Amino acid sequence: MSTAILKPLPRWADVVLLPLLNLLLAFIVSGLVVLAIGQDPLAALNAITTGAFGNGYNIGYTLYYSTNFIFTGLAVAVAAHAGLFNIGGNGQAYIAGLGVILVALPMQFLPWWVTFPVAVVAGAAVGGFWGFIPGWLQAKRGSHVVITTIMFNFIAAAIMVYMVVNVLKPPGVLAPESAMIAAEGRMPKLGTFIPWFRNTDVNFTLILALLCLVGAYILIWHTRFGFAMRALGHNPTATRYAGMSNSRIIMIVMTMSGALAGMVAVNQVVGVQYRLVLDYVADAGFVGIAVALMGRNHPIGILLAALLFGALYQGGNELQYVIPGLSKEMVVVIQALVILFTGAMEGLFRPGLQRIFTTLSPGQKDEAVARNTVKSES
Amino acid sequence: MTDPVHNGDNPAQRSQRTAAASSDLAIELIKINKRFGAVHANRDIDLKVRRGTVHGIVGENGAGKSTLMSILYGFYTADSGEIRVNGTPHEISDSRHALALGIGMVHQHFMLVDNFSILENVVLGAEDSAMLGPSLARARGELTRLAKEYNLDVNPDAIIEDVSVGTQQRVEILKALYRGADVLILDEPTGVLTPNEADDLFRVLETLREQGKTIILITHKLREIMAITDYVSVMRQGQMVETLETKNTNPEQLAELMVGRRVLLRVEKGPATPGDTFLSVENLVVKDDLGVIRVKDVSFTVRAGEIVGIAGVAGNGQSELLESVSGMRDQTSGTVRLKGTPLSLEGDDGAHRARQAGLAHVPEDRQRMGLVTAFEEWENAMLGYEDDPAYGKGIILDAKAARAQARERIEKFDIRPANERLKTANFSGGNQQKIVLAREMERNPDVLIVGQPTRGVDIGAIEFIHNQIIKMRDAGKAILLVSVELDEIRSLSDRILVMFDGKIVGEADPATATELELGLMMAGVTDKKRAAAPARAAAEGKVP
Repeated sequence: MSTAILKPLPRWADVVLLPLLNLLLAFIVSGLVVLAIGQDPLAALNAITTGAFGNGYNIGYTLYYSTNFIFTGLAVAVAAHAGLFNIGGNGQAYIAGLGVILVALPMQFLPWWVTFPVAVVAGAAVGGFWGFIPGWLQAKRGSHVVITTIMFNFIAAAIMVYMVVNVLKPPGVLAPESAMIAAEGRMPKLGTFIPWFRNTDVNFTLILALLCLVGAYILIWHTRFGFAMRALGHNPTATRYAGMSNSRIIMIVMTMSGALAGMVAVNQVVGVQYRLVLDYVADAGFVGIAVALMGRNHPIGILLAALLFGALYQGGNELQYVIPGLSKEMVVVIQALVILFTGAMEGLFRPGLQRIFTTLSPGQKDEAVARNTVKSES
Repeated sequence: MTDPVHNGDNPAQRSQRTAAASSDLAIELIKINKRFGAVHANRDIDLKVRRGTVHGIVGENGAGKSTLMSILYGFYTADSGEIRVNGTPHEISDSRHALALGIGMVHQHFMLVDNFSILENVVLGAEDSAMLGPSLARARGELTRLAKEYNLDVNPDAIIEDVSVGTQQRVEILKALYRGADVLILDEPTGVLTPNEADDLFRVLETLREQGKTIILITHKLREIMAITDYVSVMRQGQMVETLETKNTNPEQLAELMVGRRVLLRVEKGPATPGDTFLSVENLVVKDDLGVIRVKDVSFTVRAGEIVGIAGVAGNGQSELLESVSGMRDQTSGTVRLKGTPLSLEGDDGAHRARQAGLAHVPEDRQRMGLVTAFEEWENAMLGYEDDPAYGKGIILDAKAARAQARERIEKFDIRPANERLKTANFSGGNQQKIVLAREMERNPDVLIVGQPTRGVDIGAIEFIHNQIIKMRDAGKAILLVSVELDEIRSLSDRILVMFDGKIVGEADPATATELELGLMMAGVTDKKRAAAPARAAAEGKVP
């Protein structure tokens, strides 16, 4: 009963300061780890930064990774606004590749700008369907999406192995992968238009990702459906009171979430690999959770967080070449620490910061206390 | 000042006198201060409670009553000030300490283990040894003695979940007495009781007083203060405004002291002029979330221009009735008609169709149902009506239009603070209720369903809310009102239906029905039931 009364953080502190503090802590702990194995943390930091942003080539790869993370981050965020925790981004992104390859191969001799929209629709449809089923199960049967989406990741992985190995693999090919898409049907790399990016994997899908960010912003805050969705996320009883049909919202949101995750398949299949390979999602779905958490489920935050994680992935890959003592596993450790501190433990500094802010601004404290008093009295 | 107990003289004089007068003061609080940060929840509070009296403490939400009692019971520690128990100063560190000093508390929400017997609940936490046997045997003897001494009859072996709420409250009192309480603090004890159960409680309190116990009664019901207390202390905004001898005061004066301005306690309304039947409920059966039937074949009508009040003790199916008629809860069977047209309320968007048809709903629990408290005010001002063309074209929401409308309503309903961009959680209970009322009333619905319109609302806002409801009635709307406050039902309704155990057990005219009659019906005792039995038998052909 005698817990301290704290007011919520001001928006800028919540959105900017807190993630930066978390990031700083992640870097400090990573630095200590690097130090512990006898390497220079500052040199490592320098290597990561240069590796991520050093020149057009580095930036191109950073943006390529970021593209995936924008999609998966948005997938998590859109669901989160409706109070749903979609951990199935990985599976939805993975299985969407089926849709993409199944339209891309037959259309491979058409120009890419014909193939591209169709591939987007197909990826969205299959990824969306993979989100819809857990949504339907939650809405109609009360099965929790957290459980079902995790399970659907495994189901997707199993189906994809079967499809690639037994159905899509052309005879005579040894590697488990589908046939290649012809050059006409491939998405142009951004390097084609902007030579500075050189021949990096960043491709036209990045534009789609940016459009999705804008679209998500409009959807969440400027449409009637977004309003209903956010209301559901905050108070499902109130949406039932308002007659908004919680089950319908859940199914639509999960479908949209899956469709967004499915865009990873477009990036990978028609933008980078030009064929369907195994495990091309490379856990982007899980990174998306950290991206959404760090980005506070806001498109701008997601853009920044996706850039950060893209940089970490790209810079981390470069790190092992610059400092041979830091193996690829070491890079994974650093990435994991960033995810841990910015994602899973994003609330670590919140109470402390709140305390500081409460002490610094007595005016707002009155309000917080008054509110708390009214609550405890009624 | 006019009060006999509370004098505003200087501290030196006071301490001299209290030493002399300590024998008749059970509790004395001197200059108690408690701050939560910058807010002064208790400011220089002095309170003297005489031994063997019932001392009422009244005040609006946030006046600091609960904080003060929490300090006395050891939940909070005061920043400064002194607590004297029987004339001796004590630093009460926790509730165990308070109990050791003979201070017991009966909370608003009972702290009982549902599947334990009464005896086990009384002993819980006060066992003498690791083995339960001897404690229980001793407690049984003690319980019998206490029951006899204070007229607190209970069956020690009854299981808590099987006994009535009134009995559960007795168990709470017995628990405190068993632990040797001489001073009993009761926090809003009648909120969950029928009027008759409340009367029983008051009789028990009188017995306790006769036996020399001291009782501190926290309540917002002035009627109870007048009925049972010897002294009454009024708190407002963290300060002790006045301590009065109850026989020298009246409800109007107390209300004025609580609010700081004159308030109208009675609702002024003209006679109703009922028109066509707007809402008719036929043979409604509703189950709760656990599948238990809570509304059992209920039928009634509400006509245009009348307020029909449903009285009843909380938990007798009123909530399920409201939720079902408004489309929030699926009905098992039955028909709800609006102006003769059956409403289709199935599915989780039933409430939407009800609204479209012209049925507005002010829910019982505004924070849990009626509002998304994390939203800004203007967003809640359109909750449930977000599809309306007034809020934009197509799928896009026109925030500007919605905010402009919200501002108009803020002005019209005097919602404070007048800021549509403020988070709804930051409005007080009364203002939150006004947000909901404005939203539902401004749609000009044919039927308005209102649940607990003034629960947790300050006296000042109650007046406003009641007047708005009457205004709707006078505009020819049909209003269905559900409240557990019998006074509210009686003063607002043109017709009263009493609900008990999921059924409408009687109808009464608020002008003529006495509280006793209503109370009996609310407890399930009806003359009608007795009268109806032979009639039914006749209808079934059992009587030649």
